[in-house]
Amino acid sequence: MSSPLYDDYLRIQKRRLRIVSLTRLSVLILFLALWELAAEWRWIDPMLTSKPSQLWTSFRELAFEGSLFKHTWISGLETLVGIVISMLLGTAIAVLFWWSTFASKVLEPYIVVLNALPKVALGPIFYIWLGDRYSIYGMAVAISVIVTIIMVESGFREISKTKLKLMGSFGATRFQMLRMVLLPASVPHFIATLKVNVGLTLVGVVMGEFLSSKAGLGYLIIYGGQVFQMNLVMVSIMMLALLSVILYGIVNLLARYARKKYNHES
Amino acid sequence: MAQIELKDVGLSYFTLKQETEALRDINLSIKHGEFISIVGPSGCGKSTLLSLVSGMLKPTKGKVLIDGQEVSGTSPKVGYMLQHDHLFEWRDVLNNLLVGAEIRRMDRGKAKQKALELLERYGLGEFARHGPSQLSGGMRQRVALIRTLVAEPDILLLDEPFSALDYQTRLTLSEEVFHIIKDQGKTAVLVTHDLSEAISMADRVMVMSKRPSTISTVHTILFEEGDNLSPWKKREAGRYNHFFNAIWKELEEHVIPTV
Ligand SMILES: Nc1ncnc2c1ncn2[C@@H]1O[C@H](COP(=O)(O)OP(=O)(O)OP(=O)(O)O)[C@@H](O)[C@H]1O
Ligand SMILES: [Mg+2]
Repeated sequence: MSSPLYDDYLRIQKRRLRIVSLTRLSVLILFLALWELAAEWRWIDPMLTSKPSQLWTSFRELAFEGSLFKHTWISGLETLVGIVISMLLGTAIAVLFWWSTFASKVLEPYIVVLNALPKVALGPIFYIWLGDRYSIYGMAVAISVIVTIIMVESGFREISKTKLKLMGSFGATRFQMLRMVLLPASVPHFIATLKVNVGLTLVGVVMGEFLSSKAGLGYLIIYGGQVFQMNLVMVSIMMLALLSVILYGIVNLLARYARKKYNHES
Repeated sequence: MAQIELKDVGLSYFTLKQETEALRDINLSIKHGEFISIVGPSGCGKSTLLSLVSGMLKPTKGKVLIDGQEVSGTSPKVGYMLQHDHLFEWRDVLNNLLVGAEIRRMDRGKAKQKALELLERYGLGEFARHGPSQLSGGMRQRVALIRTLVAEPDILLLDEPFSALDYQTRLTLSEEVFHIIKDQGKTAVLVTHDLSEAISMADRVMVMSKRPSTISTVHTILFEEGDNLSPWKKREAGRYNHFFNAIWKELEEHVIPTV
């Protein structure tokens, strides 16, 4: 049995949450309405800004024609593959750094420089080396892998030395320490890294598509800009937003599952 | 023959900033089945001494022998219970207990059975599937002890195993641990700050001096009331206070140097 005071507390908290969600929704609706009316009454030029009703029409056209979802699917797939590659590659390199202090000492300054380098500058190189399709993965991985290395490695460092000492007292090999302590203890860090990577990899994919591709949302945006079709540009951006929402959703599901499985707090 | 032997052992820690001489000229010999307590001022090198016996540290001078063989790395004969419990929060209690067995690739079924049996005996039977964060400090410490025992060592190194516990749990647990160790005929080295614990559990109490430390005195704990007294009985025995005062005085000299 909960006390009446506690019930009151819960009720107030619930009402607060509801008010926040409602306000959120109203902000969106207000924004769309203002946009629509401003374009309708010619406060702004709909040629330049488009308007929600028009966007909806072009969305339906593009969707029924079939190409919009195809392009979204392509960008989504590229992003997923990019994330998987940079997580695996980044973790592998972070493990190498933990395994060999020598390697980590030697490579540390290079990582710092690579981290600061604007990866977009590498675009033309990827295009020449990897061709128009694979250069997108090159760009996506380039943007997210360095951050992955840095984040996973700092996670490894946080793990208490004494946990490893305990493993050592049983005579554990380095590989056993990795499997039984480092990787499971880093699960929260993997999740955090994944969250950062969703955003970064998406940037990389769109950037890659700007530079070279014949398909994907980045391509649609560039194409729409070139033929001056604001509707196409805006609809593609909306789809991009939708895509990131879906990807974040997936990561959050993964996070919840991992937290349950590995008993991590918070 | 002595089971654990240290011959002229010295150990210095090297860091870029400085050299710390922790131990100097340690000579020590522990018989099979003996229970040794080590007391000394904080930071004098008690944990270091245990690490040497466990094989996790190599002496900078001298030799450490177990069963006549020079120690070179960790051995399944030795179980080391560290100063903190370090339970893995991503494993439940039972799977924490199997860590040692898993590392040493022991028979999993057998280890599991033993773990469950010990959990039951320590009154933790219903917690096998709980997470470590759901346990109290005393329970965690008991789990850590069971984790060491599941790996079936001959020699137990205990580094302040009861320091996180309340006084009552501490008394009961030290009584229990004493009987388990004696029943199973294991050799034990216990590091503690609690003199009463040191005296009541051990056959011999070794007092260490300040750094660079060495073993300054060894007190053989013998009572007129007879051999094989339980810790409880020893606390009530006639010469208990005599030992307590002697060791207390000695420690005081190490802590506050008399010039
Ligand atoms: N890894 C290390 N590197 C450098 N110095 C160390 C290291 N470990 C311990 N020391 C130093 O060696 C000395 C002995 O340390 P140790 O942990 O063995 O002491 P202790 O007697 O167990 O202390 P306490 O009673 O507080 O647990 C201390 O002065 C400590 O600063
Ligand atoms: Mg210590």
